[in-house]
Amino acid sequence: MTEAEREIKEKVRIYIMGREYKVPAGLTIMKAMEYAGYRFIRSSGCRGGFCGACATIYRVKGDYKLRMALACQETVEDGMYISQIPFTPAEKPIYNLEELSPSANVFLEYYPEIAKCVSCNTCTKACPQDLEVMDYVQAALRGDFQEVASLSFDCIACGLCATRCPAEIVPYNIALLARRLYGKYVMPKAKHVEERIKEIESGKFNEEIQKLMDTGLRDLKEIYEKREIEPE
Amino acid sequence: MVKIPYYPGCAVQTTARNYSISGIAVAKKLGIELVELPKWNCCGVFPSLATDDLMRHLAPIRNLIHVQEMNENGIVQNENRVITFCSMCYHTLKEANLFLKDAEKMEKINTFLEREKEFVGGVKEGYKGGVEALDFLEVLRDIVGYDRITKEVKKPLKGLKVAPYYGCLVLRPREIGIDDPENPTILEDILEALGAEVIDNPNRTQCCGSYHTVDRKDIVAKLTYDNLVYPIRNGAEVIVTCCPLCTFNLDHRQKEARKLRRDLQEIPVMYYTQLMAIAFGLDKQFWGVDLGLHYVDPKPLLKAKNLY
Repeated sequence: MTEAEREIKEKVRIYIMGREYKVPAGLTIMKAMEYAGYRFIRSSGCRGGFCGACATIYRVKGDYKLRMALACQETVEDGMYISQIPFTPAEKPIYNLEELSPSANVFLEYYPEIAKCVSCNTCTKACPQDLEVMDYVQAALRGDFQEVASLSFDCIACGLCATRCPAEIVPYNIALLARRLYGKYVMPKAKHVEERIKEIESGKFNEEIQKLMDTGLRDLKEIYEKREIEPE
Repeated sequence: MVKIPYYPGCAVQTTARNYSISGIAVAKKLGIELVELPKWNCCGVFPSLATDDLMRHLAPIRNLIHVQEMNENGIVQNENRVITFCSMCYHTLKEANLFLKDAEKMEKINTFLEREKEFVGGVKEGYKGGVEALDFLEVLRDIVGYDRITKEVKKPLKGLKVAPYYGCLVLRPREIGIDDPENPTILEDILEALGAEVIDNPNRTQCCGSYHTVDRKDIVAKLTYDNLVYPIRNGAEVIVTCCPLCTFNLDHRQKEARKLRRDLQEIPVMYYTQLMAIAFGLDKQFWGVDLGLHYVDPKPLLKAKNLY
């Protein structure tokens, strides 16, 4: 194996906003960018694929398709052109949940552009969470917010669907409205949560909290490290 | 009981629930089980009239693919028909099929759709063609037959003066229409089979104003006045419709129409399936008159005729 061949095997060539870098194979896009010297002051959050902050668009050399991913989840490939979407400046109407009712027209009222959906499914293709985005937009169109809530449950609001929609629909914000309505008006209330809130309000945990507040940093760290972790 | 795929569309699930609730019950009485597509999206509403605008046809084609899938998954057996109540849905589904008669367009659409295979939520196969969209009116005429309808009548609608209104979507253009575009009789025939007195409505194939109802209520109010005043003069007590959009305009825009012309008297507007449910003696929950969806309440008339 020549030096050049070994280098190709262990490292991949990526292009961050047009500039070439050689980074170790097997890194996630996020780690590869850090390896290349970038420091994230945004577009990075939980690093575990849950928060949706690191929405990324990339294309692989030789392919015309733009692909979507979360930088903390996707592994770098040779010839990747990478760009991050730090924020999606999408439409986000203000509403008061207390004044809304879970009616069929609530989506059309706040997001009338859903009526422009042509069912092209581009949003579904863009979703890094593999959600059936177009199907929940369609469910919103017919006012079925329960279906929207269930189909969009794993949405992390990265905003990529909205950047790709040819009809300027904002699927992830529509889904958020659906889940809020579902949670408020349909889902059965969790009894144990209500009981726990009562316990908190009655001051049951005040003493324990105060004890923690009075503990020094070093002891606090020790307590944290020895804490009980629920098995997965 | 024959099982046939059923495409609801958004209207009959919301503002026109009285149409689907009565229609599904009537179909059942006549030996047809309407099996809702397990997955469906918007019908596409207005199909694009541009010859190369493939994207606008994707929505109805997806629904036709879902009918195809129902056969493959064994939900129905060798059943390439799909039934709709809504005239708009019927129109777009049928239009999509006509559009795809062009092999080149079919290939283009399927090339696009087949790229979805790798995605969760994408269709797994392109459209093979051959799914036939049927309006429920056609089903009643061609599959059920008027004699069978008459046989099911328990409470004939004797003395109820009914004027039919078709609108445009089930009649025009001719290639899509289910009856003579200028002189249809299908609603009249059904109403006669129910024992009702059919009143001539010279405006029955006129425009209802369609989606102008959203931002140009004035236009629709004028049309609603015209479309109601002639059948009322001929003695109609109730208007019978087959399209949710027509129904909305004829019923709910009476408010604006009466502001425009005070001589217009209120008249209830009902779907033919509602009258069928009443005549068949089905339980009141299938009549769809107690859902608060009618602007002009039909119950006083039904009570006066000893039907409610």
